Amino acid sequence: MPDDAVAAPRERRDGLRLLITWFIATAVADPLYWFLAGPHMPPGDMTSSAQGAQLDINVLFLAAIPVVLGVWIYYGYAIIFWRASRGGTDLIGGPKARGNLKIQVGWIGTTTVVVLAAFVYGTVELIVPAGAGGGEGPQPIWTPHSKTILPIQVIAQQWKFTYRYPTYGGFETDQLMIPDHTTVAFHVTSLDVIHDFWAYQLGVKADANPDSDDVAFTTTQTMGLVTVRCDELCGIWHGAMYDYGHVVSKATFQKWATSTEVKLASATKLLPPFSWSYVPDANGADGGYYPDNVVPYSNEETYGATTVSTKTALSPTS
Amino acid sequence: MGRGARLGIASSLFATAVGLIVFVSMAFLRTNPPTLDFASGHTAGKPVDLTLQTVGAIGFGPHPDWVSYLTKSPEGQWVHTTLWDLPAGTRIDVTIDEYDSGSPLRNPEIGQIYGVSGNAALVNGKKVSLINATEGNGVAHTFSIPELGVNVPLYGVDSNAKNFCNSAPCSLSEAHNVIQFSFMTPKDTGQFPWQCFVPCGAGYFYGNGGPMQTTSYMDGFVKVVD
Repeated sequence: MPDDAVAAPRERRDGLRLLITWFIATAVADPLYWFLAGPHMPPGDMTSSAQGAQLDINVLFLAAIPVVLGVWIYYGYAIIFWRASRGGTDLIGGPKARGNLKIQVGWIGTTTVVVLAAFVYGTVELIVPAGAGGGEGPQPIWTPHSKTILPIQVIAQQWKFTYRYPTYGGFETDQLMIPDHTTVAFHVTSLDVIHDFWAYQLGVKADANPDSDDVAFTTTQTMGLVTVRCDELCGIWHGAMYDYGHVVSKATFQKWATSTEVKLASATKLLPPFSWSYVPDANGADGGYYPDNVVPYSNEETYGATTVSTKTALSPTS
Repeated sequence: MGRGARLGIASSLFATAVGLIVFVSMAFLRTNPPTLDFASGHTAGKPVDLTLQTVGAIGFGPHPDWVSYLTKSPEGQWVHTTLWDLPAGTRIDVTIDEYDSGSPLRNPEIGQIYGVSGNAALVNGKKVSLINATEGNGVAHTFSIPELGVNVPLYGVDSNAKNFCNSAPCSLSEAHNVIQFSFMTPKDTGQFPWQCFVPCGAGYFYGNGGPMQTTSYMDGFVKVVD
Protein backbone atom coordinates (compact mmCIF):
# COMPACT_ATOMS: atom_id res chain seq x y z
CA MET A 1 0.00 0.00 0.00
CA PRO A 2 1.50 3.32 -0.95
CA ASP A 3 2.42 5.66 1.88
CA ASP A 4 0.02 8.36 0.79
CA ALA A 5 -2.85 5.89 1.13
CA VAL A 6 -2.39 5.75 4.90
CA ALA A 7 -5.15 7.74 6.61
CA ALA A 8 -3.85 10.74 8.46
CA PRO A 9 -4.34 10.42 12.23
CA ARG A 10 -7.47 12.16 13.34
CA GLU A 11 -6.58 15.49 14.90
CA ARG A 12 -7.41 15.60 18.59
CA ARG A 13 -9.80 18.41 19.33
CA ASP A 14 -8.32 19.48 22.66
CA GLY A 15 -10.35 22.64 22.97
CA LEU A 16 -13.67 20.86 22.55
CA ARG A 17 -12.69 18.09 24.95
CA LEU A 18 -11.63 20.65 27.55
CA LEU A 19 -14.85 22.59 27.10
CA ILE A 20 -17.09 19.54 27.43
CA THR A 21 -15.18 18.26 30.48
CA TRP A 22 -15.36 21.67 32.12
CA PHE A 23 -19.07 22.05 31.36
CA ILE A 24 -19.98 18.66 32.81
CA ALA A 25 -17.85 19.25 35.92
CA THR A 26 -19.45 22.65 36.47
CA ALA A 27 -22.96 21.29 35.91
CA VAL A 28 -22.30 18.73 38.63
CA ALA A 29 -20.28 20.85 41.10
CA ASP A 30 -22.40 24.00 41.21
CA PRO A 31 -25.71 22.28 42.12
CA LEU A 32 -23.86 20.06 44.59
CA TYR A 33 -22.46 23.15 46.29
CA TRP A 34 -25.77 25.03 46.22
CA PHE A 35 -27.85 22.27 47.75
CA LEU A 36 -25.33 20.59 50.07
CA ALA A 37 -22.96 23.31 51.28
CA GLY A 38 -24.88 26.51 50.57
CA PRO A 39 -27.42 26.28 53.42
CA HIS A 40 -24.60 25.78 55.92
CA MET A 41 -22.39 28.65 54.85
CA PRO A 42 -21.72 31.40 57.40
CA PRO A 43 -23.17 33.45 58.93
CA GLY A 44 -26.36 31.37 58.68
CA ASP A 45 -29.88 32.67 58.35
CA MET A 46 -30.78 33.95 61.80
CA THR A 47 -31.55 37.39 60.38
CA SER A 48 -32.28 39.01 57.06
CA SER A 49 -28.79 40.47 56.87
CA ALA A 50 -27.18 37.15 57.77
CA GLN A 51 -29.24 35.49 55.06
CA GLY A 52 -28.20 38.22 52.65
CA ALA A 53 -24.54 37.68 53.47
CA GLN A 54 -24.97 33.94 53.08
CA LEU A 55 -26.59 34.45 49.67
CA ASP A 56 -23.74 36.68 48.55
CA ILE A 57 -21.17 34.11 49.66
CA ASN A 58 -23.04 31.36 47.83
CA VAL A 59 -23.37 33.40 44.64
CA LEU A 60 -19.67 34.18 44.68
CA PHE A 61 -18.91 30.50 45.21
CA LEU A 62 -21.16 29.56 42.27
CA ALA A 63 -19.20 31.99 40.11
CA ALA A 64 -15.82 30.89 41.45
CA ILE A 65 -16.32 27.14 41.13
CA PRO A 66 -16.36 27.17 37.26
CA VAL A 67 -13.23 29.31 37.23
CA VAL A 68 -11.39 27.00 39.62
CA LEU A 69 -12.57 23.92 37.73
CA GLY A 70 -11.47 25.47 34.44
CA VAL A 71 -7.95 26.02 35.74
CA TRP A 72 -7.67 22.62 37.39
CA ILE A 73 -9.05 20.75 34.38
CA TYR A 74 -6.70 22.60 32.06
CA TYR A 75 -3.74 21.71 34.28
CA GLY A 76 -4.81 18.09 34.50
CA TYR A 77 -5.40 17.82 30.78
CA ALA A 78 -2.01 19.36 30.01
CA ILE A 79 -0.22 17.02 32.39
CA ILE A 80 -1.95 13.94 30.96
CA PHE A 81 -2.09 14.62 27.24
CA TRP A 82 0.58 17.18 26.49
CA ARG A 83 3.56 15.80 28.33
CA ALA A 84 6.63 14.91 26.27
CA SER A 85 6.40 11.16 26.91
CA ARG A 86 3.02 11.13 25.15
CA GLY A 87 4.27 13.01 22.14
CA GLY A 88 3.66 16.45 23.41
CA THR A 89 4.51 19.31 21.18
CA ASP A 90 7.99 20.73 21.02
CA LEU A 91 8.82 24.03 22.53
CA ILE A 92 7.48 26.77 20.34
CA GLY A 93 9.58 29.74 19.38
CA GLY A 94 9.45 32.58 16.92
CA PRO A 95 6.20 33.83 15.39
CA LYS A 96 4.24 30.86 16.74
CA ALA A 97 4.96 31.99 20.26
CA ARG A 98 3.23 35.30 19.83
CA GLY A 99 -0.04 33.95 21.04
CA ASN A 100 -3.40 32.92 19.86
CA LEU A 101 -5.77 35.76 19.18
CA LYS A 102 -8.88 33.69 19.88
CA ILE A 103 -7.54 32.51 23.21
CA GLN A 104 -6.42 36.00 24.19
CA VAL A 105 -9.77 37.56 23.34
CA GLY A 106 -11.61 34.72 25.00
CA TRP A 107 -9.52 34.98 28.19
CA ILE A 108 -9.75 38.76 28.45
CA GLY A 109 -13.44 38.76 27.58
CA THR A 110 -14.33 36.01 30.07
CA THR A 111 -12.39 37.49 32.96
CA THR A 112 -13.81 40.95 32.22
CA VAL A 113 -17.35 39.60 32.27
CA VAL A 114 -16.72 37.73 35.52
CA VAL A 115 -15.18 40.73 37.27
CA LEU A 116 -17.80 43.19 36.04
CA ALA A 117 -20.59 40.81 37.02
CA ALA A 118 -19.14 40.56 40.53
CA PHE A 119 -18.84 44.35 40.66
CA VAL A 120 -22.43 44.91 39.55
CA TYR A 121 -23.80 42.21 41.84
CA GLY A 122 -21.86 43.55 44.83
CA THR A 123 -22.96 47.11 44.18
CA VAL A 124 -26.61 46.14 43.82
CA GLU A 125 -26.45 44.09 46.99
CA LEU A 126 -25.08 47.10 48.87
CA ILE A 127 -27.83 49.38 47.62
CA VAL A 128 -30.96 47.26 47.80
CA PRO A 129 -32.78 46.97 51.15
CA ALA A 130 -31.49 44.15 53.34
CA GLY A 131 -28.33 43.95 51.32
CA ALA A 132 -25.27 42.89 53.24
CA GLY A 133 -23.59 45.96 54.65
CA GLY A 134 -25.66 48.62 52.91
CA GLY A 135 -27.49 49.70 56.02
CA GLU A 136 -24.43 50.60 58.01
CA GLY A 137 -22.81 53.92 58.73
CA PRO A 138 -23.87 57.31 60.07
CA GLN A 139 -26.03 57.84 56.97
CA PRO A 140 -27.39 54.45 55.88
CA ILE A 141 -28.06 54.23 52.15
CA TRP A 142 -31.30 52.38 52.79
CA THR A 143 -33.72 52.08 55.65
CA PRO A 144 -36.09 49.22 56.39
CA HIS A 145 -39.71 49.36 55.30
CA SER A 146 -40.91 48.24 58.72
CA LYS A 147 -42.80 50.86 60.70
CA THR A 148 -41.92 49.28 64.02
CA ILE A 149 -38.19 49.29 64.42
CA LEU A 150 -36.61 48.46 67.76
CA PRO A 151 -33.59 50.72 68.38
CA ILE A 152 -30.77 49.22 70.43
CA GLN A 153 -27.78 51.37 71.19
CA VAL A 154 -24.47 49.53 71.33
CA ILE A 155 -21.93 51.36 73.51
CA ALA A 156 -18.37 50.13 73.23
CA GLN A 157 -15.64 50.96 75.68
CA GLN A 158 -12.30 49.44 76.57
CA TRP A 159 -13.09 46.56 76.92
CA LYS A 160 -16.72 45.59 76.87
CA PHE A 161 -20.03 46.30 75.17
CA THR A 162 -23.10 47.59 76.91
CA TYR A 163 -26.55 47.99 75.39
CA ARG A 164 -29.03 50.79 75.87
CA TYR A 165 -32.74 50.43 75.07
CA PRO A 166 -34.13 53.95 74.45
CA THR A 167 -37.72 52.78 74.02
CA TYR A 168 -37.67 51.19 77.46
CA GLY A 169 -36.66 54.18 79.51
CA GLY A 170 -33.10 54.20 78.23
CA PHE A 171 -31.76 51.59 80.62
CA GLU A 172 -28.24 50.32 79.97
CA THR A 173 -27.18 46.73 80.53
CA ASP A 174 -24.44 44.32 79.58
CA GLN A 175 -27.04 41.85 78.28
CA LEU A 176 -28.04 41.83 74.63
CA MET A 177 -31.60 40.60 74.21
CA ILE A 178 -33.42 40.83 70.87
CA PRO A 179 -36.98 39.83 69.98
CA ASP A 180 -37.64 37.36 67.18
CA HIS A 181 -39.27 38.46 63.91
CA THR A 182 -38.49 42.09 64.60
CA THR A 183 -36.63 44.75 62.67
CA VAL A 184 -33.81 46.10 64.81
CA ALA A 185 -31.71 49.23 64.32
CA PHE A 186 -28.35 48.91 66.04
CA HIS A 187 -26.92 52.34 66.83
CA VAL A 188 -23.25 51.69 67.44
CA THR A 189 -20.99 54.18 69.19
CA SER A 190 -17.93 54.25 71.45
CA LEU A 191 -16.85 55.99 74.62
CA ASP A 192 -13.15 55.92 73.84
CA VAL A 193 -11.18 54.42 70.97
CA ILE A 194 -12.46 52.76 67.79
CA HIS A 195 -14.09 49.40 68.36
CA ASP A 196 -16.21 47.25 66.08
CA PHE A 197 -19.50 45.58 66.94
CA TRP A 198 -19.59 42.21 65.20
CA ALA A 199 -22.67 40.14 65.99
CA TYR A 200 -21.70 37.11 63.96
CA GLN A 201 -24.93 35.15 63.70
CA LEU A 202 -26.92 38.35 63.09
CA GLY A 203 -24.79 39.21 60.07
CA VAL A 204 -24.27 42.64 61.62
CA LYS A 205 -20.90 44.34 61.77
CA ALA A 206 -20.46 48.05 62.39
CA ASP A 207 -17.59 50.21 63.55
CA ALA A 208 -17.96 51.85 66.95
CA ASN A 209 -16.48 55.34 66.78
CA PRO A 210 -16.59 57.98 69.51
CA ASP A 211 -18.98 60.82 68.75
CA SER A 212 -20.50 58.85 65.88
CA ASP A 213 -23.73 56.89 65.42
CA ASP A 214 -23.18 54.00 63.03
CA VAL A 215 -26.48 52.40 62.16
CA ALA A 216 -26.99 48.78 61.13
CA PHE A 217 -30.39 47.30 60.42
CA THR A 218 -31.47 43.71 60.51
CA THR A 219 -34.64 41.67 60.90
CA THR A 220 -34.52 38.59 63.10
CA GLN A 221 -35.89 35.37 61.64
CA THR A 222 -35.04 32.64 64.14
CA MET A 223 -34.25 32.46 67.83
CA GLY A 224 -30.85 31.48 69.15
CA LEU A 225 -27.52 32.44 70.64
CA VAL A 226 -25.54 35.35 69.23
CA THR A 227 -21.79 35.79 69.60
CA VAL A 228 -20.66 39.40 69.85
CA ARG A 229 -17.02 40.25 69.32
CA CYS A 230 -14.99 43.41 68.94
CA ASP A 231 -13.42 43.29 65.51
CA GLU A 232 -11.10 46.27 65.76
CA LEU A 233 -7.80 45.92 67.62
CA CYS A 234 -8.45 48.17 70.61
CA GLY A 235 -5.91 47.40 73.30
CA ILE A 236 -4.65 44.65 75.55
CA TRP A 237 -8.03 43.09 76.30
CA HIS A 238 -9.35 43.31 72.75
CA GLY A 239 -9.29 39.52 72.60
CA ALA A 240 -11.48 39.33 75.68
CA MET A 241 -13.97 41.90 74.44
CA TYR A 242 -16.83 39.58 73.59
CA ASP A 243 -20.15 38.55 75.00
CA TYR A 244 -23.23 36.62 74.04
CA GLY A 245 -26.68 37.84 73.12
CA HIS A 246 -29.96 36.04 72.67
CA VAL A 247 -32.73 36.26 70.09
CA VAL A 248 -35.84 35.31 72.04
CA SER A 249 -39.57 35.27 71.45
CA LYS A 250 -41.37 38.61 71.45
CA ALA A 251 -43.17 37.72 74.67
CA THR A 252 -39.95 36.76 76.43
CA PHE A 253 -38.26 39.92 75.27
CA GLN A 254 -41.15 42.10 76.40
CA LYS A 255 -41.10 40.49 79.82
CA TRP A 256 -37.34 40.89 80.12
CA ALA A 257 -37.33 44.49 78.90
CA THR A 258 -40.09 45.71 81.16
CA SER A 259 -38.70 43.93 84.22
CA THR A 260 -35.18 45.15 83.51
CA GLU A 261 -36.44 48.70 83.07
CA VAL A 262 -37.91 48.53 86.55
CA LYS A 263 -34.95 46.71 88.06
CA LEU A 264 -32.44 49.22 86.70
CA ALA A 265 -34.52 52.33 87.29
CA SER A 266 -32.16 53.65 89.96
CA ALA A 267 -29.13 53.07 87.77
CA THR A 268 -30.83 54.60 84.75
CA LYS A 269 -31.34 57.83 86.68
CA LEU A 270 -27.57 58.15 86.92
CA LEU A 271 -27.04 57.77 83.18
CA PRO A 272 -26.72 60.87 81.01
CA PRO A 273 -29.74 61.77 78.90
CA PHE A 274 -30.08 59.42 75.98
CA SER A 275 -28.13 60.54 72.94
CA TRP A 276 -27.36 58.78 69.67
CA SER A 277 -23.67 59.40 70.31
CA TYR A 278 -21.49 60.69 73.10
CA VAL A 279 -18.41 62.88 73.20
CA PRO A 280 -16.10 60.98 75.49
CA ASP A 281 -14.11 62.93 77.99
CA ALA A 282 -10.52 62.35 76.98
CA ASN A 283 -9.46 63.23 80.49
CA GLY A 284 -9.49 59.64 81.52
CA ALA A 285 -10.87 59.36 85.02
CA ASP A 286 -11.73 63.06 84.97
CA GLY A 287 -8.45 63.93 86.56
CA GLY A 288 -7.40 66.62 84.10
CA TYR A 289 -4.73 64.52 82.44
CA TYR A 290 -5.32 66.12 79.04
CA PRO A 291 -5.65 69.75 78.04
CA ASP A 292 -9.24 70.76 77.71
CA ASN A 293 -10.45 73.04 74.96
CA VAL A 294 -7.91 71.56 72.60
CA VAL A 295 -9.14 69.57 69.64
CA PRO A 296 -9.81 66.66 69.73
CA TYR A 297 -10.16 66.88 73.47
CA SER A 298 -13.39 68.16 74.86
CA ASN A 299 -14.21 70.00 78.02
CA GLU A 300 -17.73 68.73 77.76
CA GLU A 301 -18.54 65.87 80.09
CA THR A 302 -21.33 64.48 77.95
CA TYR A 303 -21.05 60.98 79.27
CA GLY A 304 -19.97 61.90 82.75
CA ALA A 305 -23.46 62.51 84.12
CA THR A 306 -22.95 65.95 85.60
CA THR A 307 -26.65 66.75 85.66
CA VAL A 308 -28.07 63.86 87.63
CA SER A 309 -29.81 64.06 90.94
CA THR A 310 -27.61 64.21 94.00
CA LYS A 311 -29.92 62.26 96.27
CA THR A 312 -28.83 58.69 95.86
CA ALA A 313 -25.15 58.44 96.61
CA LEU A 314 -24.34 55.03 98.00
CA SER A 315 -27.98 54.40 98.66
CA PRO A 316 -28.93 50.74 98.68
CA THR A 317 -31.15 49.86 95.76
CA SER A 318 -33.15 46.88 94.75
CA MET B 1 43.78 41.50 59.27
CA GLY B 2 44.00 37.81 58.74
CA ARG B 3 41.12 35.49 58.00
CA GLY B 4 41.32 33.94 61.45
CA ALA B 5 41.13 37.34 63.16
CA ARG B 6 38.09 38.34 61.12
CA LEU B 7 36.44 35.05 61.92
CA GLY B 8 37.20 35.56 65.60
CA ILE B 9 35.69 39.07 65.62
CA ALA B 10 32.59 37.91 63.75
CA SER B 11 32.16 34.99 66.16
CA SER B 12 32.56 37.30 69.14
CA LEU B 13 29.98 39.74 67.80
CA PHE B 14 27.57 36.91 67.08
CA ALA B 15 28.02 35.46 70.54
CA THR B 16 27.51 38.90 72.09
CA ALA B 17 24.30 39.42 70.12
CA VAL B 18 22.95 36.01 71.11
CA GLY B 19 23.88 36.69 74.73
CA LEU B 20 22.09 40.03 74.69
CA ILE B 21 18.96 38.50 73.19
CA VAL B 22 18.96 35.73 75.79
CA PHE B 23 19.61 38.22 78.60
CA VAL B 24 16.80 40.57 77.52
CA SER B 25 14.42 37.66 77.01
CA MET B 26 15.16 36.23 80.43
CA ALA B 27 14.93 39.66 82.02
CA PHE B 28 11.52 40.12 80.40
CA LEU B 29 10.32 36.73 81.54
CA ARG B 30 11.60 37.30 85.07
CA THR B 31 9.77 40.61 85.35
CA ASN B 32 6.42 38.89 84.87
CA PRO B 33 4.43 39.18 88.05
CA PRO B 34 4.13 36.03 90.12
CA THR B 35 0.94 34.01 90.26
CA LEU B 36 -0.45 33.58 93.75
CA ASP B 37 -1.82 30.12 94.39
CA PHE B 38 -5.04 30.07 96.41
CA ALA B 39 -6.04 26.64 95.14
CA SER B 40 -3.37 24.29 96.46
CA GLY B 41 -4.40 22.74 99.73
CA HIS B 42 -7.86 24.21 99.47
CA THR B 43 -10.57 22.20 101.20
CA ALA B 44 -13.51 21.56 98.92
CA GLY B 45 -16.62 23.45 99.93
CA LYS B 46 -14.80 26.07 101.95
CA PRO B 47 -14.61 29.65 100.66
CA VAL B 48 -11.33 31.28 99.72
CA ASP B 49 -10.34 34.65 101.15
CA LEU B 50 -8.88 37.07 98.61
CA THR B 51 -7.60 40.35 100.01
CA LEU B 52 -6.56 43.19 97.73
CA GLN B 53 -5.70 46.85 97.98
CA THR B 54 -5.84 49.62 95.41
CA VAL B 55 -3.39 52.48 95.59
CA GLY B 56 -3.01 55.77 93.74
CA ALA B 57 0.70 55.17 93.20
CA ILE B 58 2.59 51.93 93.54
CA GLY B 59 5.67 53.82 94.72
CA PHE B 60 8.32 51.41 93.47
CA GLY B 61 9.41 49.51 90.38
CA PRO B 62 9.65 50.86 86.83
CA HIS B 63 6.46 52.92 87.13
CA PRO B 64 6.26 54.24 90.69
CA ASP B 65 3.52 56.76 89.83
CA TRP B 66 1.12 54.24 88.31
CA VAL B 67 -2.09 53.26 90.05
CA SER B 68 -2.15 49.64 90.99
CA TYR B 69 -3.73 46.70 92.72
CA LEU B 70 -1.79 44.63 95.24
CA THR B 71 -2.70 41.17 96.49
CA LYS B 72 -2.19 39.69 99.93
CA SER B 73 -0.60 36.27 99.49
CA PRO B 74 -1.86 33.21 101.39
CA GLU B 75 1.17 33.79 103.63
CA GLY B 76 -0.05 37.30 104.46
CA GLN B 77 2.46 39.32 102.43
CA TRP B 78 1.46 42.13 100.07
CA VAL B 79 2.56 41.16 96.56
CA HIS B 80 2.51 43.33 93.47
CA THR B 81 0.55 40.96 91.25
CA THR B 82 -2.89 40.50 89.75
CA LEU B 83 -2.53 36.84 88.76
CA TRP B 84 -4.30 34.29 90.92
CA ASP B 85 -4.99 30.59 90.86
CA LEU B 86 -8.44 30.04 92.34
CA PRO B 87 -10.23 26.71 92.88
CA ALA B 88 -13.16 25.89 90.59
CA GLY B 89 -16.72 26.00 91.86
CA THR B 90 -15.73 27.87 94.99
CA ARG B 91 -17.00 30.95 96.74
CA ILE B 92 -14.39 33.67 96.78
CA ASP B 93 -14.74 36.15 99.64
CA VAL B 94 -13.09 39.33 98.47
CA THR B 95 -11.95 42.19 100.68
CA ILE B 96 -10.55 45.27 98.98
CA ASP B 97 -8.87 48.04 100.93
CA GLU B 98 -9.32 51.00 98.62
CA TYR B 99 -6.82 53.83 99.18
CA ASP B 100 -7.23 55.91 96.01
CA SER B 101 -9.34 59.00 95.36
CA GLY B 102 -12.34 58.76 93.07
CA SER B 103 -14.08 60.65 90.28
CA PRO B 104 -17.26 60.63 88.21
CA LEU B 105 -17.56 57.75 85.79
CA ARG B 106 -17.28 58.03 82.05
CA ASN B 107 -20.00 55.40 81.86
CA PRO B 108 -22.20 55.44 84.98
CA GLU B 109 -23.40 51.93 84.08
CA ILE B 110 -20.34 50.54 85.83
CA GLY B 111 -21.53 52.16 89.05
CA GLN B 112 -23.76 49.10 89.45
CA ILE B 113 -22.72 46.07 91.45
CA TYR B 114 -23.60 42.78 89.83
CA GLY B 115 -22.36 39.25 89.37
CA VAL B 116 -21.65 38.92 93.08
CA SER B 117 -23.67 37.45 95.93
CA GLY B 118 -26.87 39.42 96.31
CA ASN B 119 -25.71 41.82 93.60
CA ALA B 120 -24.43 43.96 96.46
CA ALA B 121 -21.25 44.72 98.34
CA LEU B 122 -20.48 45.99 101.80
CA VAL B 123 -18.84 49.42 101.67
CA ASN B 124 -17.45 50.14 105.11
CA GLY B 125 -20.10 47.78 106.44
CA LYS B 126 -23.00 49.33 104.54
CA LYS B 127 -24.82 47.27 101.91
CA VAL B 128 -24.61 48.96 98.54
CA SER B 129 -25.71 47.87 95.07
CA LEU B 130 -25.21 51.10 93.16
CA ILE B 131 -22.80 54.00 93.51
CA ASN B 132 -23.54 57.47 92.22
CA ALA B 133 -20.07 58.52 91.19
CA THR B 134 -21.01 62.17 90.82
CA GLU B 135 -21.42 62.48 94.56
CA GLY B 136 -19.10 62.21 97.49
CA ASN B 137 -15.67 60.90 96.62
CA GLY B 138 -16.77 59.24 93.39
CA VAL B 139 -15.51 55.90 92.17
CA ALA B 140 -11.79 55.18 92.21
CA HIS B 141 -11.64 51.86 90.40
CA THR B 142 -13.69 48.79 89.64
CA PHE B 143 -13.11 45.11 90.15
CA SER B 144 -14.60 43.52 87.06
CA ILE B 145 -14.43 40.07 85.51
CA PRO B 146 -16.49 40.54 82.33
CA GLU B 147 -16.64 36.86 81.39
CA LEU B 148 -18.06 35.98 84.80
CA GLY B 149 -20.39 38.99 84.79
CA VAL B 150 -18.72 40.43 87.90
CA ASN B 151 -18.61 44.20 88.39
CA VAL B 152 -17.92 46.03 91.63
CA PRO B 153 -17.17 49.77 91.66
CA LEU B 154 -14.84 50.86 94.44
CA TYR B 155 -15.87 53.99 96.29
CA GLY B 156 -13.02 56.53 96.43
CA VAL B 157 -11.45 58.15 99.46
CA ASP B 158 -11.18 61.87 100.07
CA SER B 159 -8.08 63.08 98.25
CA ASN B 160 -7.71 65.81 100.89
CA ALA B 161 -7.64 63.39 103.76
CA LYS B 162 -4.74 64.14 106.12
CA ASN B 163 -3.68 60.51 106.21
CA PHE B 164 -4.07 59.91 102.45
CA CYS B 165 -1.77 57.12 101.33
CA ASN B 166 0.60 58.36 98.67
CA SER B 167 2.34 55.12 97.78
CA ALA B 168 2.01 51.42 98.38
CA PRO B 169 1.82 49.34 100.36
CA CYS B 170 -0.69 51.33 102.36
CA SER B 171 -1.62 50.48 105.92
CA LEU B 172 -4.97 50.34 107.61
CA SER B 173 -4.08 53.46 109.61
CA GLU B 174 -4.31 55.49 106.39
CA ALA B 175 -7.52 56.75 104.77
CA HIS B 176 -9.28 53.90 103.02
CA ASN B 177 -12.59 52.24 102.31
CA VAL B 178 -13.21 48.56 102.87
CA ILE B 179 -15.27 46.87 100.16
CA GLN B 180 -16.38 43.28 100.70
CA PHE B 181 -18.25 40.94 98.40
CA SER B 182 -18.34 37.31 97.26
CA PHE B 183 -18.50 35.64 93.90
CA MET B 184 -18.44 32.07 92.67
CA THR B 185 -15.78 30.69 90.39
CA PRO B 186 -17.14 28.57 87.55
CA LYS B 187 -17.12 24.78 87.83
CA ASP B 188 -15.06 24.49 84.68
CA THR B 189 -11.43 25.51 84.65
CA GLY B 190 -10.20 28.36 82.51
CA GLN B 191 -8.49 31.73 82.42
CA PHE B 192 -10.58 34.84 82.87
CA PRO B 193 -9.14 38.31 82.39
CA TRP B 194 -10.22 40.88 84.92
CA GLN B 195 -9.73 44.62 84.90
CA CYS B 196 -10.59 48.03 86.26
CA PHE B 197 -13.10 49.86 84.09
CA VAL B 198 -12.32 53.34 85.38
CA PRO B 199 -9.93 54.93 82.88
CA CYS B 200 -7.34 55.63 85.55
CA GLY B 201 -4.20 55.56 83.42
CA ALA B 202 -3.09 59.10 84.10
CA GLY B 203 -1.38 60.69 81.13
CA TYR B 204 -2.52 58.11 78.61
CA PHE B 205 -5.01 58.49 75.79
CA TYR B 206 -8.54 58.35 77.20
CA GLY B 207 -6.94 57.18 80.44
CA ASN B 208 -6.82 53.61 79.20
CA GLY B 209 -3.09 53.13 78.61
CA GLY B 210 -0.18 52.43 80.95
CA PRO B 211 -1.40 50.74 84.11
CA MET B 212 -4.74 49.97 82.47
CA GLN B 213 -3.00 47.75 79.94
CA THR B 214 -0.34 46.17 82.14
CA THR B 215 -0.89 43.07 84.22
CA SER B 216 -0.02 43.46 87.89
CA TYR B 217 -1.37 47.03 87.85
CA MET B 218 -5.05 47.47 86.92
CA ASP B 219 -5.77 44.16 85.23
CA GLY B 220 -4.84 40.54 85.48
CA PHE B 221 -6.00 36.97 85.16
CA VAL B 222 -8.15 34.76 87.29
CA LYS B 223 -7.00 31.24 86.57
CA VAL B 224 -9.63 28.77 87.71
CA VAL B 225 -8.04 25.38 88.40
CA ASP B 226 -9.18 22.00 89.72
